[in-house]
Amino acid sequence: MTVAQFFGCGMITFGPPLVLFIITMAKDPIRVIMLVASSFFWLLSLLFSSMLYKVVGPLQPYLAFGALFSVLFQEFFRLLWFMLIRKAEVGLKKVSEDNLEIIENKHILAYVSGVGFGLISGAFALVNVLADMTGPGTVGLYGDSPSFFIATTFTSLAFIFLHVCWGVIFFAAMHTRRYLLIAYVIMSHLLASAITLLNPLYAVTVPLVWLVLVVTAVIALCVAGVSPASVRNSLKFSDRAYRVDAVDVGATDSRAHL
Amino acid sequence: MDGHVSIEDHSVEDGSRTRNSGAAKEPRATNPSDNDPSTPMAAEGAGGPTPQPPPGRRPLTEEERAARLEQRRQRDREHMERQLEEEEELVLKYGAQHVIKLFIPVSLCMLVVVATVASVTFYSEKGIYLLYTPFHETSDSVAKNVMGAFVNAFIILALVVVLTFFLILLYKFRCYKIIHGWLIISSLLLLFFFTLLYLMELLRGYNIGLDWITVSLIVWNFGVMGMVCIHWQGPLRLQQAYLIFVASLMSLMFIKYLPEYTVWVVLAVISVWGEYTVWVVLAVISVWDLVAVLCPKGPLRILVETAQERNEPIFPALIYSSNILYSSLTMAESSTPSTSTTDNGGSHDGGEAVADPLQQDHHAPAPAGGVGRPTISTAPSSSRRRRSSEAEAGFGPEWEAGRQQREAARQRRVAEHGEASAPDVAGGGGAQQPQEEEDEEERGVKLGLGDFIFYSVLVGKASSYGDWNTTIACFIAILIGLCLTLIMLAIFKKALPALPISITFGLIFYFATSYFVVPFAENLASEQVFI
Repeated sequence: MTVAQFFGCGMITFGPPLVLFIITMAKDPIRVIMLVASSFFWLLSLLFSSMLYKVVGPLQPYLAFGALFSVLFQEFFRLLWFMLIRKAEVGLKKVSEDNLEIIENKHILAYVSGVGFGLISGAFALVNVLADMTGPGTVGLYGDSPSFFIATTFTSLAFIFLHVCWGVIFFAAMHTRRYLLIAYVIMSHLLASAITLLNPLYAVTVPLVWLVLVVTAVIALCVAGVSPASVRNSLKFSDRAYRVDAVDVGATDSRAHL
Repeated sequence: MDGHVSIEDHSVEDGSRTRNSGAAKEPRATNPSDNDPSTPMAAEGAGGPTPQPPPGRRPLTEEERAARLEQRRQRDREHMERQLEEEEELVLKYGAQHVIKLFIPVSLCMLVVVATVASVTFYSEKGIYLLYTPFHETSDSVAKNVMGAFVNAFIILALVVVLTFFLILLYKFRCYKIIHGWLIISSLLLLFFFTLLYLMELLRGYNIGLDWITVSLIVWNFGVMGMVCIHWQGPLRLQQAYLIFVASLMSLMFIKYLPEYTVWVVLAVISVWGEYTVWVVLAVISVWDLVAVLCPKGPLRILVETAQERNEPIFPALIYSSNILYSSLTMAESSTPSTSTTDNGGSHDGGEAVADPLQQDHHAPAPAGGVGRPTISTAPSSSRRRRSSEAEAGFGPEWEAGRQQREAARQRRVAEHGEASAPDVAGGGGAQQPQEEEDEEERGVKLGLGDFIFYSVLVGKASSYGDWNTTIACFIAILIGLCLTLIMLAIFKKALPALPISITFGLIFYFATSYFVVPFAENLASEQVFI
């Protein structure tokens, strides 16, 4: 049972992002490197926020404080990461000469770094819980909710997806200087985090977090320029023609650079 | 700008000669003057040995030739500068592909170690220690333990240093037989004895019964196959798998048999967890790595350079070569004798060129080492590519340094990339076959097995405390360190030690995570607050 639960919960949380990774990133080394680097940035943000948490001893019982600052740190490091990518764009162009896709379509990098942030935050939220899942022991013997694990799992998944959407929105907003969207990212991050503060009330928190996710996802899709028509297009498997175009553009471009 | 011109120039010729096999490899030796050369020296020097152009090619008139030479001289300087830049780009680009090719084996190695440490308690139990570590850190006094840890670390380091120098000496005086014997014995030990031990502990850990006959059959088959693969011949995947396994076995041994002690000295962090010779050893080893590879007279430097002088691959060098893909490609085709390389390559290239005229461009980065001309390195290399494994020396990475060779290789790559068929600069007109094979083989990033071992020791040690956040943090930090090292490799262009940056990052993140992050993350997880 415990092992089954371990695998089930693990798959729920990490299955979807893993599929995203395999389908959209695993083939392109640059994307994988970007993924790892962005998760490194998230790690740095966590490090700083937990340092702060450690330093202010008296406030340690109030997790809300730690969560608040952690969210701010994360967004700050997202900004830093964005600036770094921007600085490195020239180099990136050189490195990825064969597929300029990654430079031309800014959303790709945004999405990749969003997944990076999401994966590592999901990992940090869940791995130790997962490790505990394999037993020995059972949840709920002392009157705790028996759905502890499953709630954690679904919330983690929501946060992973939220990070992806936030990444896309944030980067697009920075590129086009729509600061309202940045404010939305920060506010919705704070909101989602605040919702989970209520947490033993799973019936409230999990649906609310997913609601935030749906809203954010819609905004992210709009920002990325997804329309019903483009969805239909992409479902027609016409991406082969698309890809050839991209290669064409990239190739002629690199010629022009020479 | 001039590049652009040259490309147009080139495409005109393409039209006339329908891009035969020469496109990728031949022309260096055959007809250098119809391409944009990299240096006048090459162009002129190559003029001599040039035989008649291949049949399909339009012979150039004298005027054309002269005009081109002049043009070339004019823009030569620019060209060189541009090339330098491009070279850098290429290294980076090259890096991007190979970083991943190193990520995968490094991650696999760590995965094996972490999974074993997590599931088999044997490897995290203490009690028996290596002979080289006389201080077992059992006393209550911290100072004594720290001293003991340092002494242990230095004993091990001294051992590594002595062994390394011994190896260099043997190599210097060409005692290949001894080195081979040494390597064979050590891999024999690892593949049989340690595998047996590992298997037994695994079975014990999962409480599975197995009779001795089956066990001996399994171990025998496994070991013999490993010996064959590592020292003689075998599919490259299999060989790499064995190398990874050997490295992880070795790091499991380190995790198990090194007495635990304090590292806080090393990092000046008094950590709650701090205890362990392992940490000290890690820090010391990475310093040693730095010295060995970077010092002008450092042993590993000598090794690399001697190997280059002798024009042979670093043979005992316990190196994991990153060109898995290429190698498997070459293995697949290695049945074709080397004489047929041009045909083979020709049809290959020609076919693609017909299908997609831009192939040269969008393929550019990859073919540098592989796809474009996989056949050149075929037959001879398959016997050479045996990378042997050696256990004890935790020594470092050899990233195929060697100025001249790499320069030549790179230049060629650049040339190929830019013009699709430029004369070889270093090789003059007569790019001889051996030189070429050499380049083929040495292309790609290489990582010493020692690096695998110590990365895994770090991650395995981190995971042996049962906190997965720390393990993940170390893992990410090591990968980032590897990336940074590769970037530095692109900048400095010489063999670099792979341990210092990665291990430093790993250590920092280990301690920072276990001291700062873990309490915070635990609180968050138990309260189910998400950030």
